[in-house]
Amino acid sequence: MLNYIIRRVLYVIPIGLGVTVLVFALVHMSPGDPLSAVVPPDAPEEMVQELRKAYGFDKPLPIQYATWLGRVLVGDLGVSVARGREVVDELRIAVPNTFILAAGGTLLGFTLGAILGGIAGFFQGRWIDKLATSIAITGVSVPHYWLGLVLVIIFSVEMNVLPSIGMGPGGSTAWEWNAEHMRHLVLPVITLSVIPMGLITRTVRATVAEILNQEFVQALHAKGLFQRQVLAHIVRNAAPTTLAVMGLQLGYLLGGSILVETVFQWPGTGSLLNSAIFERDLPLLQGTILVLAMFFVLLNLFVDILQSAIDPRMSRR
Amino acid sequence: MTTAPALDSKQQAAIDAAQVAVQSRGYWTTVAGRIRDDKVTMVCAFVLLLIVFSAMFSDLIALADPYKANMLKRLAEIGAPGYPLGADEMGRDMLTRLLYGGRLSLFMGISPIVIAFVIGGALGLVAGFLGGRINMAIMRVMDVFYAFPSVLLAVAISGALGAGIGNAIVSLTLVFIPPITRVTESVTTQVRSLDYVEAARASGARSLTIIRVHVLSNVLGPVFIYATSLISVSIILASGLSFLGLGTEPPEPEWGLMLNTLRQSIYVNPWVAALPGAMIFFTSLTFNLLSDGLRSAMDVRL
Repeated sequence: MLNYIIRRVLYVIPIGLGVTVLVFALVHMSPGDPLSAVVPPDAPEEMVQELRKAYGFDKPLPIQYATWLGRVLVGDLGVSVARGREVVDELRIAVPNTFILAAGGTLLGFTLGAILGGIAGFFQGRWIDKLATSIAITGVSVPHYWLGLVLVIIFSVEMNVLPSIGMGPGGSTAWEWNAEHMRHLVLPVITLSVIPMGLITRTVRATVAEILNQEFVQALHAKGLFQRQVLAHIVRNAAPTTLAVMGLQLGYLLGGSILVETVFQWPGTGSLLNSAIFERDLPLLQGTILVLAMFFVLLNLFVDILQSAIDPRMSRR
Repeated sequence: MTTAPALDSKQQAAIDAAQVAVQSRGYWTTVAGRIRDDKVTMVCAFVLLLIVFSAMFSDLIALADPYKANMLKRLAEIGAPGYPLGADEMGRDMLTRLLYGGRLSLFMGISPIVIAFVIGGALGLVAGFLGGRINMAIMRVMDVFYAFPSVLLAVAISGALGAGIGNAIVSLTLVFIPPITRVTESVTTQVRSLDYVEAARASGARSLTIIRVHVLSNVLGPVFIYATSLISVSIILASGLSFLGLGTEPPEPEWGLMLNTLRQSIYVNPWVAALPGAMIFFTSLTFNLLSDGLRSAMDVRL
């Protein structure tokens, strides 16, 4: 077990390095001058050269990578070219906002998915199973940015009961635990929850169905255990797989909320990416992608370790 | 040796019939039979054909010009005379643009999967069959790509390369190569250790022959099913990139882009604005159901 955890933690190092290489390569394969965002096209040549030196764009790529990596390791992601502020500061505002959305979406999706999947697994082949399975496949097939738009049309345009954009009153960018902020959270969270809901329903259904077919369940019944006690055994056996799927979904929502954030103009990492792309703000783009990918790597690590902790069969493999 | 009781004529006939049935019903006949019995899959296949054909032959079906704007008809209601599904923010006929939009949306959604199927399949086959260091090298590179949530990776690559149909296809292909490689590698590794592959090797067959005759025929089915299950995500992502302004550029009709440009008009004519997304939804849903149907018909477990 400990051996497995150590190996798994060490494996983060090469993956993390690979991620930095990929992020660096991505941004540097983008066409056009990285300075075009700050320098007006009619700027004098000396000024362009000076800025190029100041940003370090005049050195060969491997050296640029090494200096960049060195700075990243001490937590310096550079200065946003278009906004003139530290990338780290921008992220400090945006990441918690995205996290609230992603966590809300995962929790709602997990709750609904566990209930639907559990029911479907227990009553396989019955109408309620078919209903739950249909809801699940709809959930994974719906383009969530469109669902967000439809929810806005229903609840904001037609019924006028919920706000359509933003995170709070007056373009708030900092989360507060009050009713007004909660009202802004409702539609984006529902929108983000459909994909995890569908996937978790499918996972739980398949896992429960598989467990019910195993002999130990019959043995438990034969021993004379109450239905409730048998259920506890089934939950314990289904938990590792389900938690793993849920953990990964949280990661997907953290990194993939850009579409939904665009629909709801939510001030998170998605809008940061959006403006970084369209203002060709390379340090901001690089920093945001790197931080989101690193979150995902660490989340994967956490899920794997958690899974091996609650399921002894895992680490023995 | 004990003698079995003699079979009566009925039993013999049953056995003969079973043998004939086994001989005549090959694998693909069985699969086709299962699909024919599966109503959901048949309906989905029909709907999908309808969507594909209406996109392919949109210039024959559609009554209007998809690019012709008419400022007087801006955001016409659904059912307005001459505009059965209303008009968009430039007064262009929605029905026509939805039909034409299928061309780019389907092309941008399906082609990344086809390319990734070829590249990822080849990489996975090589990694799984050769094993050892080559396997390590290929799979570790894939692990790095796996460190990115798929939407983030697609947006990051498209954002770096800039808007455009070609760039969107490149970025989606890169998103789907790692999962296809991983599935192919694990299936190939399983098949490689089967007894009859060992036997083929022992009897002197060359690696290429083994791959072509034994491995490929066992690996292709599961990987194909897996790839079809990715088409729905790919269509959603491709339109999503256009929705963000990273895929198709105006005035091309494409569902994601139409959704984006109509977004500003939801307070004027909300339900016209929602139409392109409904097309993405139905297409992705039918692909998903069809892939599920194929999977159970071909009896593939992943």
